[in-house]
Amino acid sequence: MARRKAAEVTLVEAINLALHHEMARDENVVVLGEDVGANGGVFRATVGLQEKFGPGRVIDTPLAELLISAMAIGMATQGLKPVAEIQFSGFMYSCLDQLANHAARLRHRTHGRITCPMVIRAPNGGGIHAPEHHSESVEAFFAHVPGLRVVVPSTPARAYGLLLAAIRDPDPVVFLEPARCYRLFREAVADDGIAAPLDTCFVEREGTDLTLISWGGMMHEVRIAADQLAADGVDAEVIDVATLKPLDTQTLVASVAKTGRCVIVEESPRAGGWASEIAAELAEHAMMNLFAPIARVSGYDTIMPLARTEARFIPDVGRILSAVRKTLEIAPLG
Amino acid sequence: MQTPDEARTRVASFEIFLTRFLDDDGRPLCRLPAAARRPQRLLHAYRLMARIRAFENKAVALQRTGQLGTYASGLGQEAVNAAIGLGLARDDVYLGNYRECGVPLARGVPMAQILQYWGGDERGMAWPRTVPAFHDFPFAVPVASQVPQALGVAYAMQLRHEKRATLVTCGDGASSKGDFAEAVSAAGVWKLPVVFVIINNQWAISLPRSRQCAAVTLAQKGLAGGIVGEQVDGNDLIATCHVIETALARARSGAGPQLVEALTYRLADHTTADDARRYRDAAEVDTARKHDPLARLHAWLEAQCGFTAQDETRLQAEVAAEVGVAVKTFLATPAPPPEALFDALYAELPPALHAQAFAAAGGGEA
Repeated sequence: MARRKAAEVTLVEAINLALHHEMARDENVVVLGEDVGANGGVFRATVGLQEKFGPGRVIDTPLAELLISAMAIGMATQGLKPVAEIQFSGFMYSCLDQLANHAARLRHRTHGRITCPMVIRAPNGGGIHAPEHHSESVEAFFAHVPGLRVVVPSTPARAYGLLLAAIRDPDPVVFLEPARCYRLFREAVADDGIAAPLDTCFVEREGTDLTLISWGGMMHEVRIAADQLAADGVDAEVIDVATLKPLDTQTLVASVAKTGRCVIVEESPRAGGWASEIAAELAEHAMMNLFAPIARVSGYDTIMPLARTEARFIPDVGRILSAVRKTLEIAPLG
Repeated sequence: MQTPDEARTRVASFEIFLTRFLDDDGRPLCRLPAAARRPQRLLHAYRLMARIRAFENKAVALQRTGQLGTYASGLGQEAVNAAIGLGLARDDVYLGNYRECGVPLARGVPMAQILQYWGGDERGMAWPRTVPAFHDFPFAVPVASQVPQALGVAYAMQLRHEKRATLVTCGDGASSKGDFAEAVSAAGVWKLPVVFVIINNQWAISLPRSRQCAAVTLAQKGLAGGIVGEQVDGNDLIATCHVIETALARARSGAGPQLVEALTYRLADHTTADDARRYRDAAEVDTARKHDPLARLHAWLEAQCGFTAQDETRLQAEVAAEVGVAVKTFLATPAPPPEALFDALYAELPPALHAQAFAAAGGGEA
């Protein structure tokens, strides 16, 4: 494929770019959801698609999330590659039955006779001062389900490559986009149709003193924290998990085995969050290399607050640095 | 001046039709459609119903003797199962709930495989490529969840301009669920080639139809979604074939979706783990037996097609032999190996699961 010039795009524009690319490349790709057509999606992730590919392939559905997920399943079994949009991840709970009881297990329960190559994507997480139920972090619900893949991009380039990979994957993928990163920054993304690897964490900054693990929206604060630590002479390794399920434990264990210190940062409530799963894997496989206990920085086990206090719930750079300092107090560098 | 009440205008009204061709004794209530006058076809349908009934009875007997897991019998629903199985074309797609084993049987799935599934082995749903049911969905267990999926299947057919139809069944209980409502409400928007069949067997475990919904019919839920809704006597094979075939033909021709409420009766317990005597009168069940779909078609065949007692004896022997072979095959099939847990979980087993798969296969905890 010809290399195309990289344009500076936001994360949501990268999503749109990937959808355009894949719909042009594969006529089986269809997009469905609420307001995805003429309106281009409430975040404009699907803008221009219906004009280009027609209402048959870019489908405005009735206001029914369960139906959207179920239709995607039905389509996928017929060889289409549906990319369903749910407007906010807080409205995905009504899709859970369809995803856990059907999408995730159709291949297994028919021994490969019926398969379900679908993507269901939604903006995830807080920080956009939205109304109630519009700021949830739901990744752990889906990551718990065998048979699903759960992907959470954190940069425009990764959003582009991972979405292509998700659409091309022969199994169902839950694709959760950090809403507050949609327009947070721009990055050069070549529309080259090259998919990013699923099942692989991205080590985006190498370091020797400490491993910072996160994904999605929290990666922004983690990067700032890593910069500040570097200014203080602490050399942090930064890993974007990106694909939460199946989890690339190997990369995480290798990093923590090297640094001996680990802080995992997530936005969702703490109990049963995906940081807990990662911490358990690290405890099992890297315990002997640890100088200090694994630390988690997460949202609280509270209801996600409304806009005026959401910043108190979402971990900030200060909380991340405080956890790092505590780790370093227990096991000083040097 | 009009009163406020007088100023109201009627913007919609509706009626629901019930189709019934044969009375309980198999006597025609009207001039039957041409298809119903072809004896070979009716004999074929009757044979299928007999196979389904023999299968249902054997499945329950196997469970009672500890050779099968919990089973949800479709006893009494053979006519509507057969009518769906016969109405579907090879290229059509069927999505069904767990009680309708008759449809996959009609669509070529070996009896032994259906037993294998209810015997606790997923391979029972790995249906052979050679049978019409190959593209059909596996039994849906979460009630009504299959109904909205049918829209996606039908959408794919429509997008590709194929003259195929999707048919989905659910029970009367399922019609109370949001899944059902969302699907019926949306199907008409795209005029999808989908036929919804509510197999109303009057009971959702212990809840009777009257406690499920106050609507006079469940068929009218189709009208609420802007699509055709009608009732058929689901124990009248000839009427049910007619209604289902007409609905499928409409769907294939692009005329849009339809809802059929097939009236029947669950003669069995909800499942083998249930005891319906706790909540329903024996007298009601005795009455329902008088509307038995096999007896009714049998009477018609005797009266109109020269079907004799010897024919019946021969048929029952052939069906019993088929069931016998299936049971033997099923009982001789060993359980899946432990590593099968990881088979077909994903297209390719992700590296993250290699250690677990190794452990499950007896390799020890990683």
